[in-house]
Amino acid sequence: MPKVIYIETEGKKHEVDLPLGATFMEGAVQNDVKGIVAECGGSCMCATCHVYVDDAFLELLPEMEEEEDEMLEGATAERTPNSRLGCQVRASKKLDGIILRVPGEQ
Amino acid sequence: MKKRVVIIGAGHGGVQAASTLREDGFEGEIIMISDEPDAPYQKPPLSKGYLQGKQSAQAILFRSANYYDDNHIDLQLGVRVNAIRSNENQIELSNGSKLDYDYLIIATGASNRKLHFNGKKAEKVYYLRNFTDAKVIEEKLNPAQHIVIVGGGFIGLELAALNAEKGKKVTVIETEDRLMKRVLPEALSQVFYDTHKENGIEMLLGVSVVDIVDGKKVSLNNGTTLEADLVLAGIGVIVETELTENSGIIFDNGIVVNSFQQTNVANAYAIGDCANHYNPFAKKNLRLESVQNAVDQAKVAAAHILGTPIEYNAVPWFWTNQYHLKLQMAGISFGFEEAIIRQSPKPERFSVYYFKDEKLIAVDSLNRPADHLNARKLLTAGISPTKEQIVDFEFKLNELLTD
Repeated sequence: MPKVIYIETEGKKHEVDLPLGATFMEGAVQNDVKGIVAECGGSCMCATCHVYVDDAFLELLPEMEEEEDEMLEGATAERTPNSRLGCQVRASKKLDGIILRVPGEQ
Repeated sequence: MKKRVVIIGAGHGGVQAASTLREDGFEGEIIMISDEPDAPYQKPPLSKGYLQGKQSAQAILFRSANYYDDNHIDLQLGVRVNAIRSNENQIELSNGSKLDYDYLIIATGASNRKLHFNGKKAEKVYYLRNFTDAKVIEEKLNPAQHIVIVGGGFIGLELAALNAEKGKKVTVIETEDRLMKRVLPEALSQVFYDTHKENGIEMLLGVSVVDIVDGKKVSLNNGTTLEADLVLAGIGVIVETELTENSGIIFDNGIVVNSFQQTNVANAYAIGDCANHYNPFAKKNLRLESVQNAVDQAKVAAAHILGTPIEYNAVPWFWTNQYHLKLQMAGISFGFEEAIIRQSPKPERFSVYYFKDEKLIAVDSLNRPADHLNARKLLTAGISPTKEQIVDFEFKLNELLTD
């Protein structure tokens, strides 16, 4: 199972093995990572599962759909080139070891 | 002495209340009681991802299996509360035990309104409210070929869409002359109507059901009878009155609360679907049936218990997913005087901005998630764009937010 490393705003680290195909949002919620709110339950509706993807993995991520792009524009924390919505990216072998940082607010 | 909070209900509101209490430093006991057998889960995916087969039972849980123990939240599943005695600060459980509390949070949600004909409840009609319902419907749907859905509201239409996508024959019966009439303007109802038609759904508008026999024969007021393999209904919800009967807590179209979610009994709170509150965005008393309302009211109740009170003043928002249509609603459009459409270059991507007394009161966004998030911020800040700004698609409405 691919490993995902979540880093909470205050620095707490969660190393989690996610089943292939699980979203980063699901992984965060099911492992009690603080700061991933996921109000809408993964429908790409609320932009409260915003994460910053570590530079090293940016190139490996699947392209963003227009919808995710628009939602990120409305996210509460600052959008950066590393911003993604956790509900729209799934764990895969390619992304094994990926580091995701949780923003200060959602 | 450590204080004890008892939360009745483990839906969006109950779980949020428990989490907020712990995260914000409540050191007393938290007991959360749910009459459902399942670990707490999210409800919106039931009529969407779960029944579509896209989200597993595991994927819709709120938290990990250890969360409740780790956070000293005593989660008691499969237990009903039979009575509340607010004058004794005590509740009575279905397993016979009694539980004292210092604070009580009622987060019991609402129940489906049931179809009745000739004074009797219709048999073998299925409703979706909780995970148990979803599992029953999942099983019944498999062999069914023709599904009749009573009610053209959110739940009925979400069920219609996911069944049409599975290639089933679906008939929707709605007594009003258009879909989701209670909450949507005509232009939006029409988009949904057209899309359901394109997906092969038979739409019977302005038609009522007069009888259902054995969950198979559906008789209509136009004289016809439909043969269904399965009848589903989504015709609204009610709040059960039993829990608060003789409790000392006032019930009037829900449990009546103030802006801190307190009932008439100061240490008893009600949150979410069951709470009749004054809503500053609707400018009237009402109940709201939404995740947003449950979650935000939970935070308000928890803050009051923690001694850091905040008043409930959150912008209401809702959503529905049907096929590729994603509709997000912010604010309460009830009583609007003018509706202005902000149209993107693509036909099925637009937002409707509602005005009353020259002020923006609500925004519905169809496949325009950025408009929706902006709308929530505009409504929170009390900023009204001009009508010229709304119709000018080149003008960025979020510029109004940054001074």
